[in-house]
Amino acid sequence: MERHHFEEELQALKNRLLTMGALVEERVHQAVRALIDRRQEEAERVIVSDKEVNDLQIDVDDRCLKLLATQTPLAGDLRLITAAMKINADLERIGDQAVNVAENVLKLLPQPPLKPLIDIPRMAELAQQMTRDALDSFVRKDADLARDVLKRDDEVDNLKDQVFRELLTYMMADPGTIQRALALILISRNIERIADHATNIAEDVIFLVEAKDVRHHHQEAEAK
Amino acid sequence: MSQDLKTAAPDTGLRIRTEVKAQDASAAEVREPDIVIEKLNLAYGENHVLHDISMAIEDRRVTALIGPSGCGKSTLIRCINRMNDLIDDVKVWGTLRVKGLDINARSTDVIEVRRRVGMVFQKSNPFPKSIYENVVYGLRIAGINDKATLDEACERSLRGAALWDEVKERLGESGLGLSGGQMQRLCIARAIAVEPEVLLMDEPCSALDPIATLKIEELIYQLKEQYTIVIVTHNLQQAARVSDRTAFFWLGRLVEYGNTPDIFTKPKDKLTEDYITGRFG
Repeated sequence: MERHHFEEELQALKNRLLTMGALVEERVHQAVRALIDRRQEEAERVIVSDKEVNDLQIDVDDRCLKLLATQTPLAGDLRLITAAMKINADLERIGDQAVNVAENVLKLLPQPPLKPLIDIPRMAELAQQMTRDALDSFVRKDADLARDVLKRDDEVDNLKDQVFRELLTYMMADPGTIQRALALILISRNIERIADHATNIAEDVIFLVEAKDVRHHHQEAEAK
Repeated sequence: MSQDLKTAAPDTGLRIRTEVKAQDASAAEVREPDIVIEKLNLAYGENHVLHDISMAIEDRRVTALIGPSGCGKSTLIRCINRMNDLIDDVKVWGTLRVKGLDINARSTDVIEVRRRVGMVFQKSNPFPKSIYENVVYGLRIAGINDKATLDEACERSLRGAALWDEVKERLGESGLGLSGGQMQRLCIARAIAVEPEVLLMDEPCSALDPIATLKIEELIYQLKEQYTIVIVTHNLQQAARVSDRTAFFWLGRLVEYGNTPDIFTKPKDKLTEDYITGRFG
């Protein structure tokens, strides 16, 4: 005896989350493109398109609550629904950070580029890949992929520090660069936050698949 | 209460944390095994229905037995107080001890077993007597007839079963005139009147409405402070609500046995997971 009705509801929930994930990934991609290619229109589009993601967030939480009440899920089903609620929150935050990047891009554009961008695009690429892989690990219930995402966070953090040190020297050498340097530092921080949220999603996937809470103890996450 | 919090403001956080820790520690703490079952087997004629059951049921905890119809959980619970003796052609082998006493030993007094191990059934079965006589029946047949003693035992038991306030003015009325939930609590009172150590409950709430069910569940929370309770239930949410430990049975075997929250959030065995998520009937 399968629980067809319940299975359909769970699938609908997962689809909503994945749609949200795709939207959010696209938003991040657009914001980064706006930065690298210096495109005002693209940055502005990212800023106004938050509504769709927000509506999905409300819908996902609503569905989760209803499933908890009406189906009294247990074991793996229960972990799936609680993971969905948390992933929901992290996705919405990633979307917010994309908007923040776009807003900071608009602050940059009035002035000529401060320097060629190398580290920040590298950070962005890592963060985007981490988000994509975290969501993939959720779909495929792949705890190994999720663990791999956790490992990449350090590189993003290191790049952020590198960006800060480099821009600090610019600011000290020439106060005229402060506005642009600060905007870039803020963007690097936004991207670092995106990577952090991707690791949160990965931690939730590990809990979903293995019932192991690896938050705050990544060393344990690696020792299976 | 709010006054206390205001004056104790700087300490409140610490106090709450230690209280939470104390609660968690007590739930996790493994108690002495009251009932020890070792490789217990049972067959009705050719039908081998319990296979090598081994488990320890802890003192003053609620242990739930779950599993699909025919998995052996009711058969097992009836082994604990030798109720299966009443069925023809039953063979039992293996060991079952209650507080060290070998239940199946030839020398064991089965009446004494059934006093120390009380039972409540799915269909409550009060005697066609007054409420008072229902409760004190076990004491009377044990030879106790002193009115003061019986009165005290009656009140104590009815209070213990959360029924006293509802029936104290009508103890002389028939036990059959009560509502379903009240009759079940009367049966509980009757069981605890003889001061058992263990209470067995076989689907105690299946025939009751949700409110009566919740009353019995609340009662179980209180009863476990004094009695070791083993409950068989089809209702997974009930098992999750009332029990400390849960044992899952399938085709006469014990598949998984552990902490109730763990069984219901992260069972180890796929069979357990499939059963409690309803992926098979």
